[in-house]
Amino acid sequence: MSELASRVERIIDRATVHESIEVYASSGTEVEIRAYEGRIENLARASSSGIGVRILREGPAGARVGVAWAGSLDDDAVERAVLEARDNSRFASPDEFTTFASPDGVRPASLELRDDAVRTTPLDDKIALVLGVEQLARHAERIRQVESANYSDYEIETVIGSTNGIRASSTRTGAFLSVEAIASDSSGDQTGWGLVAGRGPGALDPTRVVADAVSRATRLLGARKPPSMRTTAVFSPRSTATLLAIVGSALSGDAVVRGRSIFAGREGVDVASTVVSVVDDPTDSRHFGASNYDGEGIACRRNVLIEAGRLNGFVYDTVAARRAGTTSTGGAVRGGIASSPSAGCRALQLLPGDEDGQAIIRSVGTGVYVESVSGVHSGVNPISGDFSVGFTGLMIRNGELAEPIREATVASTLQRMLLDVTLVGSDLEWLPGLAAGQTIAINGVSIGGA
Amino acid sequence: MNDALVDAEVVGRVLAAAQRRGGDFAELYVEDRETRSALYDQRRVEALSSGHDRGAGVRVVVGDTTGFAHTADLSERGLLAAAEAAASVARGGGGGVREVALEPLRRYATAYEESPETVPKGHSVKLMQLADDVARGEGGSITQVQVGVGGSTRHVLIANSEGLFVADQQVRTRLSVSCVAEGDGGMQTGYRPTAGTAGFEILDDDQVADVARGAARQAMTKLMARPAPSGDLPVVLASGSGGILFHEACGHGLEADAVAKSASVYAGRVGERVASPLVTLVDDGTMAGQWGYLAVDDEGHPGSRNVLIENGVLTDYMWDYLRARSAGRPSSGNGRRQGYQYLPMVRMTNTYLLAGESDADEIVAQTPYGVYVAQLGGGQVNTTTGDFVFGMTAAFLIEGGHITTPLRDCNLIGNGPTILQRVDAVAGDFSMGGPGTCGKDGQQVPVGTGQPTIRLSAVTVGGTAS
Repeated sequence: MSELASRVERIIDRATVHESIEVYASSGTEVEIRAYEGRIENLARASSSGIGVRILREGPAGARVGVAWAGSLDDDAVERAVLEARDNSRFASPDEFTTFASPDGVRPASLELRDDAVRTTPLDDKIALVLGVEQLARHAERIRQVESANYSDYEIETVIGSTNGIRASSTRTGAFLSVEAIASDSSGDQTGWGLVAGRGPGALDPTRVVADAVSRATRLLGARKPPSMRTTAVFSPRSTATLLAIVGSALSGDAVVRGRSIFAGREGVDVASTVVSVVDDPTDSRHFGASNYDGEGIACRRNVLIEAGRLNGFVYDTVAARRAGTTSTGGAVRGGIASSPSAGCRALQLLPGDEDGQAIIRSVGTGVYVESVSGVHSGVNPISGDFSVGFTGLMIRNGELAEPIREATVASTLQRMLLDVTLVGSDLEWLPGLAAGQTIAINGVSIGGA
Repeated sequence: MNDALVDAEVVGRVLAAAQRRGGDFAELYVEDRETRSALYDQRRVEALSSGHDRGAGVRVVVGDTTGFAHTADLSERGLLAAAEAAASVARGGGGGVREVALEPLRRYATAYEESPETVPKGHSVKLMQLADDVARGEGGSITQVQVGVGGSTRHVLIANSEGLFVADQQVRTRLSVSCVAEGDGGMQTGYRPTAGTAGFEILDDDQVADVARGAARQAMTKLMARPAPSGDLPVVLASGSGGILFHEACGHGLEADAVAKSASVYAGRVGERVASPLVTLVDDGTMAGQWGYLAVDDEGHPGSRNVLIENGVLTDYMWDYLRARSAGRPSSGNGRRQGYQYLPMVRMTNTYLLAGESDADEIVAQTPYGVYVAQLGGGQVNTTTGDFVFGMTAAFLIEGGHITTPLRDCNLIGNGPTILQRVDAVAGDFSMGGPGTCGKDGQQVPVGTGQPTIRLSAVTVGGTAS
């Protein structure tokens, strides 16, 4: 048992007879290196650890939960957190559905989410990697400047334990390489951002991250505002992943039981076109969001949420599941020690179709290619479904990518867009984040421009 | 909690260790933060949460390179280890132990009456129930109300190799109400926050009821909303609806880090006309009580009032200490960080447009057709191109000089330098808008914005109606 796990055991032992306790502890290290103009701009190294404690007390009208957290595993900090969580529980409203997760007999997938190279690779090699990327991008054609090139990695151990018998322990690593390039010509500047991610530095392809950033920046040179129109939009894999993550937030069983989802009460209904199948599968190790356990220490599993356009179900944590009269799907997510579990997706994908991105552009013929989107947090309302985001991209003419466009919006509603998907690409990319993405085509969106 | 987070002698030894291998500048930033939050949803107190975070960040600057390390271990041993890790960027540097002569400790503190930690927990519960009652009382179409309330007290101790030695105590309090209204056309949402750099005394019953009413009405009004238009239109922004426009259209581009890397459309343009002559833009850290207020920034330099654009002419950028130092000028007090785990960056505080001379009602009356925005949401900008988006969460059509039909949510998009030229009317009715959270490079900091009623002659509205 790791040091952290035995620490958690000792905290669990502090529960009194009248209460349940759940402890979420994490401990990790990270490195971040930023390069600029041939030198290291910042080099940051850190280790950190902390705990989140929840204490639950049963009563005649239901259970009450109190929460506390500390950014440290010091005895004093832990002691205070336990006392505060206990005190906070007195103020919660009793609720018949409130409970902690209990083991449900499902065995976790045995995914290897750790790459020891994060620890064993010398710092100098990581520095060389990011300096190399910065230099490669800076010397690319039509690139005026590299705003920054970044390498970062982490290793984090997470332990969840409770008096209900939950014991979940896992260690994961991650490594990221990104670069932001500025392309320039007589029309002005454009930026392009490249990012690759993996479990360790060996998985990061420096050539690809540079090529991505450079092509995104240079192909936008000379971009203009398009006229306003209603047309077909082809979303790039990256834009599709953004869209899918928003759809995923409405597939949270927690949002559904709180009456805050466009999908509430629509199970069994055709909510999307038949080419759309949405799966949340944290047991697929290729997905960056893969995980053995969910945020309550229950085994993660594959959940088919939309099947050939029909709404199949939602992801649930333990409490939302009880409110809905069902059981947890292993769908609890939590944002770290300071946050309580809630239902959410973590490894979404659209099941791939038959055609690749180029073929989709060809068959669409005329429309816009949405390369990257902005203003997602300000322009998308997952409760009403209103969808309006800024984008940069290219016109599609005669089945090919044509002139670049910028300063435009693409708008519809989430409900409409799902029904209007006409093609889903085969070109699935395992992007970092909670959704993978591929090229898709959506009919009848509104483009806001001149 | 006393403010002697770390002994002065230990501070001196840590700074010396940080420069053992050389370095032009070393800094120790110690933070102790208590957080309290509570959530009320579906007429239930879901949970109260208490958090405590403490630790220190050490940075060492060698030439153009910054080394940084942080630790949650505030013992001398822990701090020295962090100093050593931060110093390792100074490879093969000359160095040697340097004495740091610290100034006498300068102390700052937020003025507050009721600390978020000691306010009775039952009081938070009462405020949330009040908000819920008021919001639901606005109409039967309100089906969901969620109330969040909380606050934090942050003690910081900042010392650097130039002798700066500062302690600050920062208290912040926040309450927000989210409502869902349901009608024949589906669900709509309303959201209102209120917050300040102050204690719970700012949350009096009237204020809380006001916020709740505003959130409920926003959701109910939108039940009758029709899709927003799409394309270029005149846009009138109501007083206090969101100086977020200026925050995105030019604020980020006036941050010295973006400027220094030529990643801003405003780089090299001081003294030039960059906006309509009606635009005078200020960033002001000295507004006591405001959400973006700071007595000192996170590098220990006093917040200040900085005029960025005066009558349309670019007058200055915002600065952190190191960039100011290399430019041979004082810091403008804009070096901020989310917490001890982060390096400081140039950030805004309270950014606002000064009042003009037009009459707000006249501005609407003189607009034949356009969009009236009562409330803006968030936004995002690409500082290099100047292209930015900002969302509207409460808006109406203007037809024949009158505010008419409510519109559904959507984004507006524009280019900063172009939009600044299109400010063609500025009213005298200045007010600050709601509290905001600004994200940059993964760090979130509290910011304020403000503006009077203004009109933009044309902005691209990203709706679906043709």
